[in-house]
Amino acid sequence: MHIIDSGNVAAALGVKLSRAQVIAAYPITPQTPLTEKLSEFIESGDMAAEYVPVESEHSALAVCIAAASTGARAFTATSANGLLYMHEQIHWAAGARLPLVMCVVNRGVGAPWTIWNDHQDSISQRDTGWMQLYVNDHQQIIDGVIKAFMLAEEVMIPIMVCYDGYLLSHTYMPFEVPSPDQVDAFLPPYKPAYALDPANPANLNTVTMPDVRLDTRGVTAHGYMEIRYLLQEDLLNAVDVMGSVEARFKERFGRGGDPFYETYRCEDARFIAVSLGSLSYHLREVIDRLRDEGIKVGIMSVHLYRPFPADAIAQGLADAEGVIVFEKALSYGYEGALCSDIKAALYPVNGSKKKRPFVHNYILGLGGREIKTAHLHEALLNSCTSKASAGRAPQWIGLKI
Amino acid sequence: MKESIQIRWHGRGGQGAITAAKIVAKAMFQSGYPGVAMVPTFGTERRGAPVFTSLKISKDKIYDLSPIERPDIVVVLDHVLLEEGNITNGLKEGGILVVNSPCSLEEYHYNGCTVAICDINSLAIKAGLPEGTINSGIIGALARVWKLVDMEVLIEAIKEEFGDRRPEQNALAAQLAYDNTLIGG
Repeated sequence: MHIIDSGNVAAALGVKLSRAQVIAAYPITPQTPLTEKLSEFIESGDMAAEYVPVESEHSALAVCIAAASTGARAFTATSANGLLYMHEQIHWAAGARLPLVMCVVNRGVGAPWTIWNDHQDSISQRDTGWMQLYVNDHQQIIDGVIKAFMLAEEVMIPIMVCYDGYLLSHTYMPFEVPSPDQVDAFLPPYKPAYALDPANPANLNTVTMPDVRLDTRGVTAHGYMEIRYLLQEDLLNAVDVMGSVEARFKERFGRGGDPFYETYRCEDARFIAVSLGSLSYHLREVIDRLRDEGIKVGIMSVHLYRPFPADAIAQGLADAEGVIVFEKALSYGYEGALCSDIKAALYPVNGSKKKRPFVHNYILGLGGREIKTAHLHEALLNSCTSKASAGRAPQWIGLKI
Repeated sequence: MKESIQIRWHGRGGQGAITAAKIVAKAMFQSGYPGVAMVPTFGTERRGAPVFTSLKISKDKIYDLSPIERPDIVVVLDHVLLEEGNITNGLKEGGILVVNSPCSLEEYHYNGCTVAICDINSLAIKAGLPEGTINSGIIGALARVWKLVDMEVLIEAIKEEFGDRRPEQNALAAQLAYDNTLIGG
């Protein structure tokens, strides 16, 4: 069934269809309508789940960690400073290998205080061991949440589904809501190999020695480093698992099919723009204009940011003369994090004489600064036509200084 | 840019500009326009402060969610906003301006644009709605001047949106506004 509603409602419907059993969240703009909708579903009996109201985001994630440890499918959502307040528990959830799903409704981070959109909140959580999926419209929000539960539970690693605050969360557009039967046939119930059980007590994530040692049964138990190595290994392998989840999703629902990134007019492109979230759809307008002006340019919209599908991205960009990365976040003191990741992906492991594409980086839209199509056009045109190097530091779009 | 119709809605926080735009979005989607996107522009909202939302309508999917700069139609839920400036910025030549206003049509001239005015405040009261309910009536005024949308589809969309919140009265307000809208320019 097609409906027209907000991105937050799309996310809530995805969580409901995924039959999440425990929701714990604390309200923060622009995430609030998502968790309000979930509490309405639960209150009206539409959704069989426990809603745990908490006094902070830190507690919200702590409740989800506890719930998932007992074998429940758990969900939370937040934005900006709420996400940062969770930070300690974010690391914990990944280390504890709990397949939580969290929507991050992207918003700029204070100080100074802002309620508007950029990507600094979720990008700053890049290195926590969580997976991150960025989506571009309401269909990808609802579908992304359903896929996220499957991926997380298959690799036992938590995942953030990130979508733009206001631009998607509060915008109304049509999207297809799959039937509960369809989703049930796609996503099996969550059955962890071990769940807390009073009849079979266990200690989880206790102090772990630097070196391996024999456990109480005389079996060699992992040290901290082995446990962390396995997280990294499983994250790297999760790239292939994501490919498989996406293929299964497409087979059942007839949508999607791009597990790592989505391209537009990239087939013969000399230049490729790269971006995350709704900005990459906005850039399609600019790509069309530049194509009309005779410039062979396309756009790559990265969906899976962690684990980073480096091989697939390098393959997608290798034949371009130039790569132009547009970002609503910054690794302060260097450049956009996505830009650095893309440069690293393009650097050949065994060295190569082949000429690599230039990489330009634009920073824009911080704290909700309006992104004008004309500005995007000017920046992309400059990068596609200028022979001169743009320099190492990122360039800013829409800055009035 | 692909062909699209761009309607910018201006109102005050609490007047329901977003609800009105949402109803039109749903009606257009049902009328064979799969590409609809209603993008509110948020400040720090409070009752009475000026707010606006962008409604883009197309036969193709809408990819650009940026605020409308060159509207085909501007809808104003409170005529006093016109005095506060910038409301008609970028309105295309030959475009349409729809205003909820108790003033006479002669007072409104915007370089070659069609102007539609309707005193929705009083019509809404006549329809049995509480004072200050504008969002259903303004849809009727828009439908009168904008031929692309069918009034019957809109009435159904209004009834559906308001559900158990006076659906018949809201539908009547839209019909009364449709019947009493004056068009000039």
